[in-house]
Amino acid sequence: MTATVNYADVEVGTEIPERAYQIDRLNLVMYAGASGDFNPIHWRESFAKSVGLPDVIAHGMYTMAQGGRFVTDWVGDPGAVVEYEVRFSSPVVVPDEGGATVVISGKVEKKLDDNKVVVALTARSDEQKVLTRAKAVVRLV
Amino acid sequence: MALNRDFVGRSFPPGEPYEVTRLKIREFADAIGDPNPIYRDREAAKAAGHPDVIAPPTFPIAVSFIDGLSDPGLGLNFAMVVHGGQRFEYTRPLRAGDVVTAVATITEIRSIGANEKLDITTEITTVEGELVCTSYSTIVERGA
Repeated sequence: MTATVNYADVEVGTEIPERAYQIDRLNLVMYAGASGDFNPIHWRESFAKSVGLPDVIAHGMYTMAQGGRFVTDWVGDPGAVVEYEVRFSSPVVVPDEGGATVVISGKVEKKLDDNKVVVALTARSDEQKVLTRAKAVVRLV
Repeated sequence: MALNRDFVGRSFPPGEPYEVTRLKIREFADAIGDPNPIYRDREAAKAAGHPDVIAPPTFPIAVSFIDGLSDPGLGLNFAMVVHGGQRFEYTRPLRAGDVVTAVATITEIRSIGANEKLDITTEITTVEGELVCTSYSTIVERGA
């Protein structure tokens, strides 16, 4: 495995610069097909509103995937991720016009044995925290 | 509606084995908007030490979906379901060529206010018997 971040170069508190990810309805339709999750709350506005949601919302797993991308872009090799977990604290609302933006940042929270580190993530959309307790354990070189 | 607690501890037998293909991985990577070549290009994957293209860390969810939740006896109203939390533990990444089965077990059902929460553990194992990933999902049925 060839992660490109060196364990020795990373300290507790090392920050990973934030990145913004755009989400449009098309992404959710593609994600429905790729994942097999066709729940209409993710693509049909009238249905989403009929069950009390403000509008179409992103699949939680779509948002989790953006956090995963944030971590794997930092570490280099996606195969370096050994654990990854999130709680979905607030839905990402994706309007027809303009879509949504999820802003993700990260920080090294802990250094473990075996060149592993815990990366804590924050993810916000429209001023709301959309993930909580979002953490990945990655093995560095 | 209260979910049927009799389902706690119930495991759902694997369906037909799922074949992880390069095309499916690429489709998933495209859907999440991730251009990483390790998901698409065998040579890039090999250069990173993998035998073939690997799948993104959240790909195992596509394998974990379980038919058991649609058992009418459980009483789950899918229209009111949202994902509460998700955790993956990886032995290694899923990769093209893996043929896997997923065995899901309902580990807990509890009420939180008007909502019902359901915890599911899914073990994803190759047909050769190698545990590749364990997925822990919490799903929430929102109360009316």
